[in-house]
Amino acid sequence: MERDVEYLKDKAKDIRRTIVRMIYQAKSGHIGGSLSSVEILVTLYYRILRIDPKNPDWPDRDRFILSKGHSVEGYYAILADLGFIDREELETYCKFNSRLTGHPTVKIPGVEANTGSLGHGLSIGVGMALAGKVDNRDYKVYVLMGDGEQAEGSIWEAGMSASHYRLDNLVGIVDRNRLQIGGPTESVMSLEDLSDKWKAFGWSVIEVNGHDIKELINVFENTPITRNKPTLIIAHTIKGRGVSFIENKAEWHHKVPTEEEFARIMEELA
Amino acid sequence: MDQKILLPSRKVFSDTLFELAKEDRDIIVLTSDSRGSASVENFAKYLPEQFIDVGIAEQNLVSIASGLASCGKKPFIFSPACFLTTRSIEQIKIDIAYTGRNVKLIGVSGGVSYGPLGSTHHALEDIAFMRAIPNMTVILPSDVNQIRILVKKLVSYIGPVYVRIGRNPIENVYSNEDVPFEIGKGNILLDGEDVTIIATGEVVKTAYNTGVLLGYKGIYARVIDMHTIKPIDEEIIFESAKKTKLIVTVEEHNIRGGLGSAVAEVITRRFPVKVVMLGIPDEFSITGSQKEILRYYGIVPENICDIILEGLRRG
Ligand SMILES: [Mg+2]
Repeated sequence: MERDVEYLKDKAKDIRRTIVRMIYQAKSGHIGGSLSSVEILVTLYYRILRIDPKNPDWPDRDRFILSKGHSVEGYYAILADLGFIDREELETYCKFNSRLTGHPTVKIPGVEANTGSLGHGLSIGVGMALAGKVDNRDYKVYVLMGDGEQAEGSIWEAGMSASHYRLDNLVGIVDRNRLQIGGPTESVMSLEDLSDKWKAFGWSVIEVNGHDIKELINVFENTPITRNKPTLIIAHTIKGRGVSFIENKAEWHHKVPTEEEFARIMEELA
Repeated sequence: MDQKILLPSRKVFSDTLFELAKEDRDIIVLTSDSRGSASVENFAKYLPEQFIDVGIAEQNLVSIASGLASCGKKPFIFSPACFLTTRSIEQIKIDIAYTGRNVKLIGVSGGVSYGPLGSTHHALEDIAFMRAIPNMTVILPSDVNQIRILVKKLVSYIGPVYVRIGRNPIENVYSNEDVPFEIGKGNILLDGEDVTIIATGEVVKTAYNTGVLLGYKGIYARVIDMHTIKPIDEEIIFESAKKTKLIVTVEEHNIRGGLGSAVAEVITRRFPVKVVMLGIPDEFSITGSQKEILRYYGIVPENICDIILEGLRRG
């Protein structure tokens, strides 16, 4: 699925609109973090991941885990767009008895792990990457984490084990939007120097502009950065990216837009 | 019985699995720096491709197993029951049970088998925790003969299972491996009409000995090895409640939330009779050897016998 940058940019716009529509309809969701991870998801799903929507359990597929499970709307929107699920199903998001819950589960084709409680995804990814090594399969495992999530101790357990087992088929991505539900990460629980922390845990670290699709492609296409080492990508992003009055506002972590705000957002994203 | 020939259940568990793992390369053993306490050194030495040590990191331990299982592996986690079921309970709930991964969680040195090490090392709430999680099967085998069959069943059983085993050599309940064992089906060790004693795990032998002792006094007990606590054998409980006036449960677990509670849940719904629950009281227990602790809390045949005689007198 070799798509060019322009195609991915257009796709990102589409996905942003779908995210906001889903949240507005469901009156529930996590708008800020979903908008910050759009380019990361779009680049992975439309350019990088070796996947087949018609065969979601293909043993040689690349694995993607949304460890920041709350940023789910863009994820569902992409799975629907690619045909893992029907597009109409997006209408059921967060509705009674829908499988499209506010955090993803493996009931949905294409979803690899039930996430929503933070700090689990990287360890699960370590397990998948280990299985790939044992079985001599050449798939890669990508895990998207939040920056607030970096405070979870289990992340660092996973980090230690990934380098111990030389999992160069594992790629961790941090959506570094510098905000979490309670405010700036550096005031809630400071993470810096995040890059040095990951390096100290034995990972190859690279920092990118997480909204620059060209940069993202370049980084993803060149993993592992170092043989025998897991790769950690710090993707610098803006929470709420794309909507002027949502960008960089912690209160938009999971706020639902009013009718008026919805109209304004759609105008900005047109 | 000659103490020297008795083997710790963890050793028998591991050796049985080792033989199967030589033939089935999808079996993977995971530990959290617990290869010695779990007796899985054989895997580290002879099947290194099927052995993963994550160091002292029980949360990572469980989630990694989930990832392996999603790729078709058959992970068996060995970790002290006290840490496995509390430190990593959320990973067990979400990454194993909610996600529905085929992972076997083997809690070793369960109950008070770590005796003098204190309450940090006792697992007396593991049954309560594990049986409150949907999709989880909970099994406490009673001796090494049962473990040999159990391990074979676990390899072919698909789904999350928590198994608690002990640390110290214990006397056999069954004389050989030809004992019937079916997940979810209690075993009747003695049959009688005066009282039913339902026990699980390493105190099944105590329950059996109690039944024998009662027999000398002309009281005939039905003794059940309830190795599977979830899903519990409802029919055998219902049938026993109809048959005997009194039901006594015996377990190496806090009396709140364990086997006694599981039995009472069935009894109250289907055929209310009196249930006496014996186990460890709701307190951080006294320390000593496993035997000393169980004796202190009255989990010995003589005391259980007295409680039953008293219970039957009162009617
Ligand atoms: Mg954030």
